[in-house]
Amino acid sequence: MGRYVVRRLLQMIPVFIGSTFIIFMMMYALPGDPVRALGGERAPDEAQMNALRADLGLDEPILQQYWNYLTGLFQGDFGTQIASRREVIDVISEALPATIRLTLLAFVITAVVGIAMGLIAGLRAGGKTDAGILFFTLLLISVPVFVIGYLYQTYFGVKWGWISPTVRDSEDLGELFLPALALASLSLAYVARLTRTSIVENRRADYMRTARAKGLTKRRAVGVHLLRNSLIPVVTFLGVDIGNLMAGAVVTEGIFNIHGLGRAVFEALKSREGATVVGIVSFIILVYLVVALLVDLLYAVLDPRIRYA
Amino acid sequence: MPIDMDKTDVTEADTPGVPLLEVRDLHVEFRTREGAAKAVNGVSYTVDAGETLAVLGESGSGKSVTAQTIMGILDTPPGRITGGEILFRGEDMLTMSEERRRTIRGDKIAMIFQDALSALNPVLSVGYQLGEMFRVHRGMSRKDAKAKAVELMDRVRIPAAKERVNDFPHQFSGGMRQRIMIAMALALEPDVIIADEPTTALDVTVQAQVMDLLAELQRDFTMGLILITHDLGVVADVADKIAVMYAGRIVESAPVEELYKRPAHPYTKGLLDSIPRLDHKGKELYAIKGLPPSLMAIPGGCAFNPRCARARDICRTEVPPLADVTEPDGTPIGGRSSACHFWKETIHG
Repeated sequence: MGRYVVRRLLQMIPVFIGSTFIIFMMMYALPGDPVRALGGERAPDEAQMNALRADLGLDEPILQQYWNYLTGLFQGDFGTQIASRREVIDVISEALPATIRLTLLAFVITAVVGIAMGLIAGLRAGGKTDAGILFFTLLLISVPVFVIGYLYQTYFGVKWGWISPTVRDSEDLGELFLPALALASLSLAYVARLTRTSIVENRRADYMRTARAKGLTKRRAVGVHLLRNSLIPVVTFLGVDIGNLMAGAVVTEGIFNIHGLGRAVFEALKSREGATVVGIVSFIILVYLVVALLVDLLYAVLDPRIRYA
Repeated sequence: MPIDMDKTDVTEADTPGVPLLEVRDLHVEFRTREGAAKAVNGVSYTVDAGETLAVLGESGSGKSVTAQTIMGILDTPPGRITGGEILFRGEDMLTMSEERRRTIRGDKIAMIFQDALSALNPVLSVGYQLGEMFRVHRGMSRKDAKAKAVELMDRVRIPAAKERVNDFPHQFSGGMRQRIMIAMALALEPDVIIADEPTTALDVTVQAQVMDLLAELQRDFTMGLILITHDLGVVADVADKIAVMYAGRIVESAPVEELYKRPAHPYTKGLLDSIPRLDHKGKELYAIKGLPPSLMAIPGGCAFNPRCARARDICRTEVPPLADVTEPDGTPIGGRSSACHFWKETIHG
């Protein structure tokens, strides 16, 4: 077990280097020049620009630039923004709390609502409720998140006025509910379907027949015996999905005006702030890797038949 | 009914003349797209405390469906109980409330399944699954229930019970797993245990151990045991009486020695003849010709008639009733009956 964790942590290093390299190269391949952009409308002075480039290390070969970035990263230096001269780490830590709150809220909605819907549909497989839930989830899956986001905003926020259509204070979970719901919609639909399938498969299992023969209450048979077995694949999906939710936050934050990582990465992308983009994306990758490891470890708790070697 | 003078507790609700468990004219069918499959067609049997009834039959003869109906674990739909009664101490379980029925399940009537690996929950420890019986039916705390689980595992002779109580089903061998199943059924000292092919999934040496354990525990607790099997060897050792099922009906029932000595139904005779014997070494094995009928199209008259050497016209038109079997001179043989028009010829030559 300990050895397994160490091996998994070591495996993260090449994955991390590889993914940052790809993003770094993509940023370089994009048209546009952050230094030229500093001048705005004015024709910039070539000598001044070259001096600035040399100062920032932008005149060096791309591989050298990547090397510089990576060594900085391992010393805890995420780089500096070109235009604002701010430390990228500050930009991240300022935007992070809002995104984490949004992601976690969306995650809770996904897990609770998704599993509940899947459970209800699975226990009534073939019935009207089941058909209704399947149709509803299909709808959620087919409509892209930016459409759903605007729909929620228009109806719940503006027309019916149930909830604030934009987020003024990202510390207010009430205000974050709508964007979290929009963000959760797709995952929620997948979780509901996955849970349903799993419940239907396990419902007729021999051990469920045993549970009935033991005279357990229905509540116990379903809540302990059926759910414990049915949730194994769902937990795997949920774990991987935390990363997807963070990535999805980019769009959702835009719609609901949340000052989070998504917005920061979007702004950085527009002004070609390579270090900021790579920094934020690397951070998301790191979260993704760590959560994936935690989920794999949790897997053994849920399913004792799994052994780590 | 064997009377055990020391065991006063089992007679707590015993009313003289009322069997412990009685199945009366039970009918069960399965609805399918192609029509109704008639799995059980008028089965009746009784079990008393301390008695072992073996229900013998091929796959599809309705023996397991009857057992599942008694337990109330038949999947409905597609299953449907179309008639009959199941009386536990004289009370019909088919008409009582689901909640009352649940409290009887596991507590008064328990079941042992064939394949313990799939019948035990793979993600819960055996201690938890055993302890659950005490927590649900006796309201015990988690800790007390676990202590009880260890006791039970000791009782079914699982080595190092204390260390193994937190292990999971897949960590045990097949024989040990079946012992855990038995321990679970035994947990609350039920009045009746239904064992559905308890040894079929085990190797022969382990089969004998598990069967002996089951027989021993049944004696110690004076329980009624319904042993469902297709293994004639298992039956001979432990059963008091046998009910042979074919196409959802009981075709013959008899005390065990009687049945082996002189079967009164051609199907039973065929089954006994198909046991491989050492003195027939080198000769072809006997097999009953043909196949069991489809439950959607059970032949008219006696269901066994297409496969029966004795079949005559009446066998194709009239369903033979389960009639009492007597000696040639008319003296009754205790507890024997046969559903064959020609039982006299079959039993007396």
